[in-house]
Amino acid sequence: MKVLVAVKRVIDYNVKVRVKPDNTGVDLANVKMAMNPFCEIAVEEAVRLKEKGVASEIVVVSIGPKASQEQIRTALALGADRGIHVETDEEVQSLEAAKLLKAVVEKEEPKLVILGKQSIDSDNNQTGQMLAALTGMGQGTFASEVVVEGDKVNVTREVDGGLMTVALNLPAVVTTDLRLNEPRYASLPNIMKAKKKPLDNMSPADLGVDIAPRLSTLKVEAPASRQAGVKVADVAELVDKLKNEAKVI
Amino acid sequence: MSILVIAEHDNSSLKQATLNVVAAAKAIGGDIDVLVAGENCGAVAEAAAKAEGVNKVLVADNAAYGHFLGENLGELVAEVGKGYSHILAAAGTVGKDFMPRVAALLDVAQVSDIMRVESEDTFVRPIYAGNAIATVKSSDSIKVVTVRPTAFDPVAAEGGSAAVEQLDVVKDAGLSQFVSEELAKSDRPELASAGIVVSGGRGMQNGDNFKMLEQVADLMGAAVGASRAAVDAGFVPNDMQVGQTGKIVAPQLYIAVGISGAIQHLAGMSDSKVIVAINKDEEAPIFQVADYGLVADLFEAVPQLEEELKKVL
Repeated sequence: MKVLVAVKRVIDYNVKVRVKPDNTGVDLANVKMAMNPFCEIAVEEAVRLKEKGVASEIVVVSIGPKASQEQIRTALALGADRGIHVETDEEVQSLEAAKLLKAVVEKEEPKLVILGKQSIDSDNNQTGQMLAALTGMGQGTFASEVVVEGDKVNVTREVDGGLMTVALNLPAVVTTDLRLNEPRYASLPNIMKAKKKPLDNMSPADLGVDIAPRLSTLKVEAPASRQAGVKVADVAELVDKLKNEAKVI
Repeated sequence: MSILVIAEHDNSSLKQATLNVVAAAKAIGGDIDVLVAGENCGAVAEAAAKAEGVNKVLVADNAAYGHFLGENLGELVAEVGKGYSHILAAAGTVGKDFMPRVAALLDVAQVSDIMRVESEDTFVRPIYAGNAIATVKSSDSIKVVTVRPTAFDPVAAEGGSAAVEQLDVVKDAGLSQFVSEELAKSDRPELASAGIVVSGGRGMQNGDNFKMLEQVADLMGAAVGASRAAVDAGFVPNDMQVGQTGKIVAPQLYIAVGISGAIQHLAGMSDSKVIVAINKDEEAPIFQVADYGLVADLFEAVPQLEEELKKVL
């Protein structure tokens, strides 16, 4: 079966985020970019499904500026077979990303679509669920285990307080949580081979999707920085302060 | 304006997060209805009707909603919610699962995990794991919003007397089935929504020593968390991890024991109202964010803390 994996180019998770002085956003100039960590897990899961003989072809798609091709190439080096780049320099919000992915799903007709549960920039946690709703598919969100059996996929989900397993009819959407797998590193020969794998380029207009955003960001600020408080001499003073000063116990 | 709040519950009791979300709805202003969707959830509806500020409780009681499957809840809430100006739910794993489906079915954007209401269409939310705070404005006719419960003080659970109305809308999308559930058996509150969290780090030295923290936590009705270092060292399971890649918590009181305070950890807990750090290294970065710092050996301080708490609680 064919598996479609969506990946997003985001600020590298090791980079300390700085808000721009004019409060219009986060400073991305000369900042290291990388594949969103949850998307890496999505690629890894697809590759493992292929290694098990469950998946026959892995198509990786990314929406974003020209440089997003780097992340597609990374996914190809990890084991995806071909790439689709939906190229735009405009901001693409979750609903519009889901509409673009829906158009790709209609062209490619995958049995399984795997996405990260959220991107670590906007932290929305929406696109997979929206794609599932728009395409009329079931969804296994925050997955920690994915098992394909016949025309169903069993997804174990990380929910508040524990785990929950659902069975979904295929085709279905899965979004990955951290504990689904540990992504591998691409080997140098595979990085070289990935350069020759096919990569299609298209625009949102080619897919017939209006990507005008519905949400406008009025300002972005640094979080209120906490001031270091006081040092207490002993446990008795600590408990006294918590009870009588902070009033939290 | 009219606001639909989707109750969070387990079919037998209303979760407190619902009261926090009603508080967010009050901050927006307008009539507040609460939708209780579940199976045999009459007691939940009665509890919701008593919550302060609730105008009406709508009940969708059907096996299709018993396990809160996102496909079914999404269709139900999109149907019931289309007459409202706002649809709100807690940003727990249930709300995060079904709300984007609601937004997509209504062809509107969703605003996730808000921590403040600026006006009826403008909300404040964390991005980049809380390293930046965005103020966003929605231009859609229906605002679909998930709410970070810990960011809003709950409304009173008692005192209201809303009417309860049964809905006969049954939406079974037929796309998914519940198979099984494995919920951690614990009398302690859930980490993500607990009012008090006691967390241990590498300084705990091993998993057995976490029992000390559990005893303190049980005295205060607190949840127990851990730093990534403690999880990576194998002291405790990874569902206890607080931090950027673990659970984001914002309790009234966060007690960090033997935690140095790596950026990764601070990103997950620095929105806590009051932070206490107990660490023997007075240079530990955790003290830079702590309201109350105690430089001490945790193996002496934690048993003392237990004794002192017994005196005052």
